[in-house]
Amino acid sequence: MPVEVKLPQLGESVYEGTIGRWLKQPGDLVEQYEPLVEVVTDKVNVEMPSPWKGRLVEILVQEGQTVPAGTPIALMEVEEVAPGEGAKEEMAGEAPPGHPREEARPRLSPLVRRLAEEHGVSAEELTRIPGTGTGGRITKEDLLRYVESRRPAPSPTEPSAVTAVPSRAEEAREGLPTAGDTLIRLNPIRRTIAERMTQSKREIPHAYGIVEVDMTEIVRWREAHKEEWLAREGVNITYTAFIVRATVEALRAFPIVNSTWTEEGILLRRTINIGVGVAIEEGLIVPVIKNAEEKSLLGIARELAELTRKAREGKLTLEEVQGGTFTITNPGVFGSLLSMPIIVPGQAAILAVDAIVKRPVVRWDAIAIREMMHLGLSFDHRIFDGAVAVQFLNHIKAKLEGFKSDAAVVSDF
Amino acid sequence: MAELRLIDAINQALHEEMERDERVLVLGEDVGRKGGVFGATEGLYDRFGGERVIDTPLAESSIVGVAIGMAANGLLPVAEIQFADFIFPAMNQILSEAARMRYRSNGAFGCPLVIRAPYGGGVHGALYHSQSVEAFFAHIPGLKVVVPYHPGDAKGLLKASIRDPDPVLFFEHKKLYRMVRGEVPEGDYIVPLGKAAIRREGKDLSVFAYGLMLHEALVAAEEVAKEGIDAEVVDLRTLRPLDKETLLASVRKTNRALIVYEDNGFLGYGAELAAILAEEAFFDLDAPIMRVTGPEVPAVPYAPPLERWFMPDARRIAEAMRRLAQY
Repeated sequence: MPVEVKLPQLGESVYEGTIGRWLKQPGDLVEQYEPLVEVVTDKVNVEMPSPWKGRLVEILVQEGQTVPAGTPIALMEVEEVAPGEGAKEEMAGEAPPGHPREEARPRLSPLVRRLAEEHGVSAEELTRIPGTGTGGRITKEDLLRYVESRRPAPSPTEPSAVTAVPSRAEEAREGLPTAGDTLIRLNPIRRTIAERMTQSKREIPHAYGIVEVDMTEIVRWREAHKEEWLAREGVNITYTAFIVRATVEALRAFPIVNSTWTEEGILLRRTINIGVGVAIEEGLIVPVIKNAEEKSLLGIARELAELTRKAREGKLTLEEVQGGTFTITNPGVFGSLLSMPIIVPGQAAILAVDAIVKRPVVRWDAIAIREMMHLGLSFDHRIFDGAVAVQFLNHIKAKLEGFKSDAAVVSDF
Repeated sequence: MAELRLIDAINQALHEEMERDERVLVLGEDVGRKGGVFGATEGLYDRFGGERVIDTPLAESSIVGVAIGMAANGLLPVAEIQFADFIFPAMNQILSEAARMRYRSNGAFGCPLVIRAPYGGGVHGALYHSQSVEAFFAHIPGLKVVVPYHPGDAKGLLKASIRDPDPVLFFEHKKLYRMVRGEVPEGDYIVPLGKAAIRREGKDLSVFAYGLMLHEALVAAEEVAKEGIDAEVVDLRTLRPLDKETLLASVRKTNRALIVYEDNGFLGYGAELAAILAEEAFFDLDAPIMRVTGPEVPAVPYAPPLERWFMPDARRIAEAMRRLAQY
């Protein structure tokens, strides 16, 4: 009887996946755990192993289609379980041993959890370990077998002394661990960040501009009114919301900053979708405020709060982290004074918001203590030049410094 | 070394201790001329006389009360309660007097008393000749509780109990009396209280049991060994004080624990083992702690099919071992 192969949940915050390429075609015989299909998400690209040994009967989801986790993507003809065994297991209401678990976050015994930590097995790796326990649970033996199997083969013998030029093997050896070192396995987020940042620095000629913004008016207003605002709107008013709002206006004034480099030309984006970096335990995730040009300060503050909460809880959908046209990163929350971020591939620039600190500055030919903040722009020099970059920054600066309100009720500025 | 039965080992220990120290004496119902209903005290009366081997009235409270008085006055009494089921009239003496003597006197007086009692079911003994009572006594600070399985242990543990300066409850499973044989060293030796014994080494799971259940666990372990499950079987021997080191070390090795006791499960002795493992070996557990126990009914029934239904046995233990190994 054909059984359904379902799309597994491929990461903690990933609830859908796009079928990349079918590695098996209908009629093919498939071994258990043999790669069956490539699945692409924004966080992970994986080869999904076949949950069973059998024959692929029908492909239900074609290449390029995106479906939620749990959707049947293929039908397989699977060898019958031995009758005695099957009957017994049915009675017990448990899945046959040896079948991978369907849920992405496996429930682990305290021991397996401890061993995984001790051996540096990541949460993502745990989802891939075939469990042989009841209901596909990962047992101690399964985990230790996996740890054994991933241990690298012993390194080759001494490097050849024939040439003085360092061989590839020798170069590689520099990265090899020595006694006392600890290897942190890459989680999918770390791997994605690494790939995309490397791609960006390799492909995009980065240039930089920095301006200084006097935030005193906004700081004063916020300090005076943040509590009533919270009581009234049910959401915090943050500096980030002000900066996103000011940036959106600047992007409307300088559409070239809201664009993508292509070989055919510069693609100006009609909508403004602002990605905002949120630090989470596993790394960094960038939820996107869509159609930001249509949103007020209040709308932005509300959406920021919602997206940040979801990011921290690992509940962002794929939709919510896709489609950014410009990115704002906020190293200032950690105290950074001057930052030069890396552009997200596919975008023209990224804005770094640094810390607001009191500094003595000259105002009306006198020295005043003001709340100062740097804004740094990293931009793709293929798309525009320094003049545009600094005008763009000054547009944001003017908007922020121009904020003046004695009123408690401000829903936009 | 002689292969003896449990009952013979106990009889030998009593003979040797009475020989060794004239302060040791035996008292209980039918322990003298009859030599005990199970024969544990056979030969003592003829050897040591009615002054030291005393037949008592059918009054458990009095047996223990008198024994406490003897202990307080420098003797080393071994009181027998004919069946553990009848120990409850003596409960007040045991709990309120014997157990507290040392604490109450700020260490000035001990109560060097041994109370022997046959316990357990599976012998067609019905409601009043089948009970497991160890949990009541293991709960009480000031008491020691011993349950031997191996005849060699029974002799050494009983000698250690008689020489112990505090009250010891010594429970003998009546079905084991003539069921198992084991090597019993000749002459004087003791098996220290508070030390468990690993009866079978294994790596896949640990079974903790005592008395008859230990025997059933060993049979079950051999059964599942044929299927490739390598069970470690730990004989607790002394229930109080518990040998926590051996308990924890075994689970740290096998990462799976099965606890077997014949008493009904709720608040039985093994519940404490489960609690200790959960508290102190949490990160060593690869599966939930499992128990095989008697059912929640007031007593062991008389009808053979119902008695079989009550008694945990090798088949039930083997089933649990398989579930635990597969978990």
